[in-house]
Amino acid sequence: MKLTLQVIALAIAAVVALIGAAQGADALFRAHSWVLLLVLVLTAFFLLSRGQSRTVDSTGEVGYMDGPIRYGVVATVFWGIVGFLVGVVIASQLAFPALNFEPYLNFGRVRPLHTSAVIFAFGGNALLCTSFYVVQRTCRARLFGGDAAWFVFWGYQLFIVLAATGYLLGVTQSKEYAEPEWYVDLWLTIVWVVYLIVFLGTILKRKEPHIYVANWFYLAFIVTIAMLHVVNNLSLPVSFLGSVSYSAFAGVQDALTQWWYGHNAVGFFLTAGFLGMMYYFMPKQAERPVYSYRLSIIHFWALIFLYIWAGPHHLHYTALPDWAQTLGMVFSIMLWMPSWGGMINGLMTLSGAWDKLRTDPIIRMMVIAVAFYGMSTFEGPMMSIKAVNSLSHYTDWTIGHVHSGALGWVGMITFGAIYFLVPRLWGRKQLYSLRLVNWHLWLATLGIVVYAAVMWVSGITQGLMWREYDAEGFLVYSFAESVQAMHPYFVIRTLGGLLYLIGALVMAYNLVQTIRGRVRDEAPLVTAHAAPAE
Amino acid sequence: MTAPHKDELSGVDTTGHEWDGIRELDNPLPRWWLWVFYACIAYAIGYCIYYPAIPLINSATQGISGYSSRAELHQEVAAAEEGRAGLIAQIDATNVEDIAKNDSLHRFAVSGGASAFKVYCSQCHGSGAQGSPGYPNLNDDVWLWGGTVEEIHQTITHGIRYNGDEDTRFSEMPAFGRDQILSGSDVRAAANFVGKLANLEHDAALAEAGATVYADNCVSCHGEAGKGMRDLGAPNLTDAVWLYGDTVAEIAAQISAPQHGVMPAWGERLGDVTVKQLAVFVHSLGGGE
Repeated sequence: MKLTLQVIALAIAAVVALIGAAQGADALFRAHSWVLLLVLVLTAFFLLSRGQSRTVDSTGEVGYMDGPIRYGVVATVFWGIVGFLVGVVIASQLAFPALNFEPYLNFGRVRPLHTSAVIFAFGGNALLCTSFYVVQRTCRARLFGGDAAWFVFWGYQLFIVLAATGYLLGVTQSKEYAEPEWYVDLWLTIVWVVYLIVFLGTILKRKEPHIYVANWFYLAFIVTIAMLHVVNNLSLPVSFLGSVSYSAFAGVQDALTQWWYGHNAVGFFLTAGFLGMMYYFMPKQAERPVYSYRLSIIHFWALIFLYIWAGPHHLHYTALPDWAQTLGMVFSIMLWMPSWGGMINGLMTLSGAWDKLRTDPIIRMMVIAVAFYGMSTFEGPMMSIKAVNSLSHYTDWTIGHVHSGALGWVGMITFGAIYFLVPRLWGRKQLYSLRLVNWHLWLATLGIVVYAAVMWVSGITQGLMWREYDAEGFLVYSFAESVQAMHPYFVIRTLGGLLYLIGALVMAYNLVQTIRGRVRDEAPLVTAHAAPAE
Repeated sequence: MTAPHKDELSGVDTTGHEWDGIRELDNPLPRWWLWVFYACIAYAIGYCIYYPAIPLINSATQGISGYSSRAELHQEVAAAEEGRAGLIAQIDATNVEDIAKNDSLHRFAVSGGASAFKVYCSQCHGSGAQGSPGYPNLNDDVWLWGGTVEEIHQTITHGIRYNGDEDTRFSEMPAFGRDQILSGSDVRAAANFVGKLANLEHDAALAEAGATVYADNCVSCHGEAGKGMRDLGAPNLTDAVWLYGDTVAEIAAQISAPQHGVMPAWGERLGDVTVKQLAVFVHSLGGGE
């Protein structure tokens, strides 16, 4: 019965896609409709070939809905590797422009593929599956809404596929981190509202008297992203069967709306959501109480109140009025301590369990994540100071800053959570290999350090070259000369990214073996020193 | 919900909450954290009093500093312009060939020209003016249209083969092959003769046959000895400088269907003072005559 309904829904969607493919107002829309049709047909085949055999949850924890979480973990690892790989590709394109292949694989199209793959596909799936896991455990309630969680998972994957294929085809509304056109935006809105209903419904039917702090952060993330997504994507399609739309905003209002969105995508997607993850998995892995309940309340409310105003710091020294630049800067500075509240609560949760840093590479990973979180949430407010920004803006320093947050904080806390989840979700006693976790840790850490360090050097070099005047008051360097000076840094940066990618591949191998129930025959990791063996 | 109890390791009370085995300690806010947070808020308030900050209905508070980033920019630009106003006026009043006679004026013009060159010229001629295939190197002493500072000034002002300027430098070599002025074998022969003139690898027999073709078709612009003619922008064929390739095959392609470089006229766009500086800069690169 369920299968019949699913196939009927797919068939209706396929008819819609076919209409789009036949009647689309422009070639891109028709091409994109064909992509959608292909995805729907493949899904239908997959469903029919699998038949009705979908099993009930196989873990021991009866009552919790873990199917979408298992899928989510696999999707997180898959999209993570795709995103890191595409990152290495575009880093190589910057270092060696001959690697731009027109038109589908030029930097302009592949770059949003990278950013969306790591932020929305990797990060988004990580948040989806961990939030579903955490909310059930900390509410002692099964996910609300039955199969709605499956809809959220598959609907989100469809969004990712449509966004990614759109970038390569050349469909874009030219808003950074919000490139997908109106019809993909609408689809994501539907999926996101269902996500909110599932999450909130689960909280409402909880069997615990209080709502755990992790769920505050997850809920803030889901609600705020919904608001940001809807407002920034307000636009009027040229045709309801076309791939072009015009934004409701223009000029500096458009810029401000875009960076209100862009900055809070960082604040609520990559900070609040992942703090939710940290607040559950770190105390669980360390088996220690959270350091301070009071700190978690104060820094939560301060963080979400202050973050939402900080966006204008992306528009210093532009057409944006001075007063808005001032507010963007001072709210960013006030944000420093609220951000660090999460770091303190994470690190101090380990007090009394610091010895685990020696014995548990997953804890080590989480500590490095929180350390990078602390570093980049100090660097951010610092870069928002106008005097600093006048040097750092438009340079690679910004890219380095983003990556110390993304690779260091978002990536590492996610890896830690996944290493925690996989044995539990698949009912395995332990991971395949702790030594491989340790290898992953050091490969990734080295990769981040290389990446961030060369981007500092390169960014500051760029900034200084662009503002270098000679004794007569004339600019000393042409832009092309500053690009040429970046070449060695671009090459080293690519290597940093490659190390990070290799680390993720080691993780994928380790997880596959774990799921297959294997245990690697290896000397225990607990030794007198912490260096990776062999 | 469990009753509050003391955490044994830290000796701190828990709040009594428990979720999936996670408890919370009842630690106070770290003092240093709180005071730094207060300090940031105090700084923010002070900053907002000093600088424009609070939006009103039709305007915003100006702050006690009265700061405006636009005003600051205008002041900086005005100060820079005032600083060089004297020299700019001097360049304006001086003929381009006389700028070199005044050392400080010449130094200023070379700096200004170098700066303008990086912005407007480096895209084609390269950051070091070294050129690239199809775009002349400006460091050497090979000049298509003349290498005195006046001639360079004329070229930059009006451009080369530039539609929008009637005084632009103009010449166009006929497409001898494409327009069937010469047969394919004549084109090849002429190319080999040019190869011989320039000491390139060539076929001696074809070069001999090409001598007549050259004499009949090419001499009028490139001269009997192949030394070129600057009035027509006709390049010297005996030197080692080749814009479109230094093999006989590439020369044959150029005879058959020539490529013609275009440079925009910069006079109106940049103004004569900047063009004079550019001319002085290019002239100073080493090949100026």
